[in-house]
Amino acid sequence: MNAFITALTRLGDPLAQHVLLSAAALALGTAFALPLAVWASRSRNVARIALGFASLVQTVPALALLALFFPLLLALRSVFGPSLPTLGFLPALLALALYALLPVLRNAVTALTNLDPGILEAADGVGMTAWQKLRLVEAPLAAPFIMAGLRTAAVWTIGAATLATTIGQTSLGDPIFAGLQTQNWALVLAGCFASAALALIADGLLGLVEWGFRKRRRLAVFLGLALAAIGIIGAGISTRDGSRDVVVIGSKNFSEQFTLARLIGQRLENAGYAVQYREGLGSAVIHGALTSGAIDVYVDYAGTIWANEMQRGETPPRAQMIDEIRQWEADNSGTLMLGALGFENAYAFAMKEDRAEVLRVASLTDLAASAPSLAVGGDVEFFERPEWRAVQKAYGLRFADQRKYTATFMYDALTGGEADVIAAFSSDGRIAADRLRVLTDPKGALPAYDALLLITPSRAEDARFVDALKPLIGAIDVETMREANYAVDREVDKKSPREAAQWLAEQID
Amino acid sequence: MADPHIPFLHFDNVGKRYGETIAVKSVALSITPGSFVALVGASGSGKSTLLKMVNRLIEPSQGQIALEGMDVSAMAPARLRRRLGYVFQGIGLFPHFTIAENIGIGPRLEKSRLSAARIEELLELVALDPAMASRMPAELSGGQRQRVGVARALAGEPHGLLMDEPFGALDPVTRDALGEKVRELHRQLKLTTIMVTHDMAEALLLADRVLVMDQGQIVADTTPRQLLAGDGGDVAQALVAVPRAQARALADLTP
Repeated sequence: MNAFITALTRLGDPLAQHVLLSAAALALGTAFALPLAVWASRSRNVARIALGFASLVQTVPALALLALFFPLLLALRSVFGPSLPTLGFLPALLALALYALLPVLRNAVTALTNLDPGILEAADGVGMTAWQKLRLVEAPLAAPFIMAGLRTAAVWTIGAATLATTIGQTSLGDPIFAGLQTQNWALVLAGCFASAALALIADGLLGLVEWGFRKRRRLAVFLGLALAAIGIIGAGISTRDGSRDVVVIGSKNFSEQFTLARLIGQRLENAGYAVQYREGLGSAVIHGALTSGAIDVYVDYAGTIWANEMQRGETPPRAQMIDEIRQWEADNSGTLMLGALGFENAYAFAMKEDRAEVLRVASLTDLAASAPSLAVGGDVEFFERPEWRAVQKAYGLRFADQRKYTATFMYDALTGGEADVIAAFSSDGRIAADRLRVLTDPKGALPAYDALLLITPSRAEDARFVDALKPLIGAIDVETMREANYAVDREVDKKSPREAAQWLAEQID
Repeated sequence: MADPHIPFLHFDNVGKRYGETIAVKSVALSITPGSFVALVGASGSGKSTLLKMVNRLIEPSQGQIALEGMDVSAMAPARLRRRLGYVFQGIGLFPHFTIAENIGIGPRLEKSRLSAARIEELLELVALDPAMASRMPAELSGGQRQRVGVARALAGEPHGLLMDEPFGALDPVTRDALGEKVRELHRQLKLTTIMVTHDMAEALLLADRVLVMDQGQIVADTTPRQLLAGDGGDVAQALVAVPRAQARALADLTP
């Protein structure tokens, strides 16, 4: 309970950002939906196309819709120039505004097309122009229905805005995603509670406005709008801070990344930089975020860059791979690959010790024989990755079943027997803690996964910045990283990523 | 009033077609200022279409209509409509406006405000309690609402009143009283009134000129008295036969 309260009190900034993002998305969605609704109410074809499009958008999962704006905005840079942001507020705003479109549009079109024809005839009959008719008759009579749509949109938008975290926009999703990865349930609960409370408050205020429109009580309309405006303005004021040179540190969505981001952050703060974190970025967008300058620094893994960014298939010796990556990053975008941190976080196939003993499996070669009767578990992206195809091909692996889990739940699935073998991560503390057997890779099908520190092109020449991070190169061995990871992931005496980073820093010095 | 030598309304070869369907064939007609004209016919005879072409709620496919000597197609529709009172079966009071706001809407569109005294006067004109000014339409009965509808049509001091089945949705007692009221206002305010109705009895009792329409054409143009005397042709006489038979049956029942 105390942890929950503490977590809640730390939600000031995510909450304010969440309010601003949701309000802006609602405003944009509504500003777009209302004129479209007027047009649609006058043309059956426009109505069909507009409502069809809005419904189609609704069928796209919010997470995917948010992610899709990254490549879209990246492509639009050829038109608007390289300063167009591809991550953070802008794509989140656009995706959520699209999401808010449908309920407002549908209610407005329905209300406008179902107005009493007698009233519309009277409006024409008394000599109203089209604009007067819209302003004096159609808009006020449709207003309560439009407000009802806006309420639905507000609740959806506030809920979906938690997902903006995945594309680098701070929101109440930050504690939720961070908490899910580190199994810090108080953090998850605090994020969910805050976002639900915000949705209820927004719904209540807009409900008051709707009631005011319906009962023609101007005071209620004014009061509801004024309270909402105060909340939004308050959020706006609280997020304004001085424009110091702010460094944005990116991380993917697992404990090791959170901890390393904090470690980097602490060093940069000591060097005098103001630091922000963009946590929980997807693997697909984080590299682009760095090269485009949306984030300044993050840690990625050699094999990931090799396969995903460089599109290379073969697996050379690790030193050669790292050199080629350094060269490729410099040539391709000017990104500085500062060096390897000293440990690897490779995909490693792991089984429970007793089960491996029974099946007599010690290597991937052994596994191929038993595989047709076994279930394999992986993180959500593993089975789409080239590494999986490489391993399958090298050893002829065919499993009875493939199951996807978030990284955290994958280990529970293995200990619980839902999966017989998992594609674990070599730096994960739970391998040792759960006494798992890591299968050897005699054919060398899995590439090297050295953790590499990457710095955005615009910071590559910044000596103070680079010097602050240089001591991290070669400073973290795999045992140390495992211990730090386990401290964050375990159930008892759990540490926060920040505390783990502190501990790591002490080991380095 | 207006120059009696210029017709209030003049229809020249006016017609309306929807694709292959002809709603109004080719109407040529003059209406003198001050007359009370009833347009009678069965459903689909084209009488409402003809009326709505006057204030351009419907645009004619052919021909020309002149209002007090001016071609209506040359006027802005909103402007034209503010010059003519319009009362119709749907009544169409604005539910979010008070009675006073409903009555004052026409002048408001012209950027002028009706005084409370003028609203009171208009309410009294249609025999409503002036205290109703601040009420909402939903609080009124159907008959009261149509009285407000008439007051709204008269608020801009129009020369002409266009009425499309104005009493169609009212009960017989209310309908009769309101008919009488409109007839009285017509005389008092020196209006030119055109009323569309499918009820021949109503036309005979209120109008001083009856136009009978059938399949988009005017088939009779005469006075109530001549219609009752047997003029106007078969279609007109078939319509007259209904109230006449009812009157006879009622007379027979009377002890």
